Amino acid sequence: MRPGEERSLLHDLPRLALLGLGACFILLPYVWMFAASLKPGSEIFRDSLTLWPERFYAIENYGKALSEVPMLRFLFNGALVCALILVFQMLFAVPAAYALAKLRWRGREFLFGLIMLGLLIPYHVPALPLYVVFARAGLLDSFAALVLPFTISVFGIFLFRQAFKSLPDELIHAARMDGMSELSIVWRVIMPNAWPAATAFATFSIVAHWNDLFWPLIVVQSHAMATPALGVLFFRAEEAGNDVGALMAAAVMVTAPMIILFLLAQRRFIQGIATAGLKG
Amino acid sequence: MSGEAGRAILIEGIEKAFGKTRILKGVCLNLREGEFLSLVGPSGCGKTTLLRIIAGLESADAGSVRIGGKDVTRLRAADRDIAMVFQNYALYPHLSVAQNLAVPLVMRRLSSLERVPLLRHLVPGHAQRRSAINAQVQQAAEMLRLGHLLHRRPAELSGGQRQRVALGRALVRQPSAFLMDEPLSNLDAELRAGTRREIVELHRRAGVTTIYVTHDQVEAMTMSDRVAVMMEGELLQLGTPREVYENPADLRVAGFLGSPRINTLPVCSAPDGIRLGALHLPLQAEVAPGAELTLGLRPEALHLAAEGLAVQIEHLEFLGAEVLLHARLAAPDARLTARLPIAVAAQLQRGDAVHLRADWSAALLFGADGARIASSASELCLNA
Repeated sequence: MRPGEERSLLHDLPRLALLGLGACFILLPYVWMFAASLKPGSEIFRDSLTLWPERFYAIENYGKALSEVPMLRFLFNGALVCALILVFQMLFAVPAAYALAKLRWRGREFLFGLIMLGLLIPYHVPALPLYVVFARAGLLDSFAALVLPFTISVFGIFLFRQAFKSLPDELIHAARMDGMSELSIVWRVIMPNAWPAATAFATFSIVAHWNDLFWPLIVVQSHAMATPALGVLFFRAEEAGNDVGALMAAAVMVTAPMIILFLLAQRRFIQGIATAGLKG
Repeated sequence: MSGEAGRAILIEGIEKAFGKTRILKGVCLNLREGEFLSLVGPSGCGKTTLLRIIAGLESADAGSVRIGGKDVTRLRAADRDIAMVFQNYALYPHLSVAQNLAVPLVMRRLSSLERVPLLRHLVPGHAQRRSAINAQVQQAAEMLRLGHLLHRRPAELSGGQRQRVALGRALVRQPSAFLMDEPLSNLDAELRAGTRREIVELHRRAGVTTIYVTHDQVEAMTMSDRVAVMMEGELLQLGTPREVYENPADLRVAGFLGSPRINTLPVCSAPDGIRLGALHLPLQAEVAPGAELTLGLRPEALHLAAEGLAVQIEHLEFLGAEVLLHARLAAPDARLTARLPIAVAAQLQRGDAVHLRADWSAALLFGADGARIASSASELCLNA
């Protein structure tokens, strides 16, 4: 332990209290959501606030959310769409980032500049032209429409480039001497040594597309194609307009996978952002 | 030396520039089969760039590289049948020692289908090829005393062990040439001496042509059959360690090799011989009178004497068996270093005025451009 790190609990108390207060503030809506998902509607809108339900109504709420709309189907759709998007993003971003970080070619800096510019454009801007393209191609209301616009992630290219920059050139030279092709180097040498960045990127990507409402709302009409966030919207619009308890149960089911995922990946995620931020 | 054909290396007219900076200015180099050649020079002299060009990791602007009579200038690194050991070892951090050693064999002998997990078992003959690879890895590991470390990751190894794994990875596929880029510079002094010997022994056993890049003259002198001294992108001299030390072709070579550094004194040629200030030196050289020259005297070419160059001792360095004497010459004002046996120097003290006699047959003369000028000690004056 370095000198100065050894602090008493008393010394840390103000800091911990402040952080704890912040955590409470952020967590409270989730806690309320979870509590409400366990309560009957009459209890949720009472003038007194209680955390724990008097009448345990979970089975009814969750049952309704699962039965009245195909909630499991929404979750499956979400998982599939997120997985497909992530696979394609990695497939394109990792080799591109390798070329930008480690290969020397004319126009590299210019192209990287364009990618940085791409970071500045919110994805809502090209939404309309993209919609027209998918409509003309007859691809609306399909997985293709949900996945294709996101297969190339400028952010991914940027993040991986920063991470790859910090890997020593000798490693790549050694791989070339050992007989690896450039693509072998990318997948056999670079990727296995860039896990923190990959985990960070995967978390960003999955969270963004799992929670995305804007694009699915534009291209999806049917229940069969709806992603979780859109599913909750469908559920609210059609079946459970006033049943807040059931709606919260649906919301819990939609957010739970993300929370679990983040908890699992937490350490590497932070490591990944830290390295991408410091190096290069 | 194995004497197998196809292992000589011929490098001709290599030029390389990064932007406007010329890194290599037409370097030519010729290695015999099984030779151990050191490429030595101060950092930034272009030796590593030259090594990378030979390896195929960098392309030359001009010139050619031939290995075993075959022009490989346009071949990629993997097809040149060369192995390289890197300064920071460049082991694959995510693979075990055994896997690291197997990579060059796996990439060369197994098809891409065979490298895919599960699918590999469907390819006929895979099991035999795989076990042949494992046997070779085992053999290399034993040769380098890595047998007990095969399952460790590079991060769990000491510097010396990593070094041996890097050597093993180069050795395992029996290439026609080894390139080593300052492989010992990350080791501590004690380990360095041991590994130096180990590499020499390994070279003797394997007989593979080796180019060894270093900025450490001790490594270059002790390990190599021949030494190539590079400076500012040019090859200044190529010869056996003894040749380049005793008979340097250039003042820069003389200054780079040898520790402590060679003593240099400004001299000029007069009609009657070479003069150091007013002193007439017993040296003969064919130069025009009045030319400004540099006289080089190795520290071991200076001896304590009753008469000779009058100097004042500035500093004495005790090295055990010998003493380094740093002294100042009054006219012309210059510093001299002499390497003296301890018995002779025991009574000396700082500030003493003594005389140094030079062994003129070992004196080196350089022109104003630094090029060596043939000289000889004149008998007459030596006797006088």
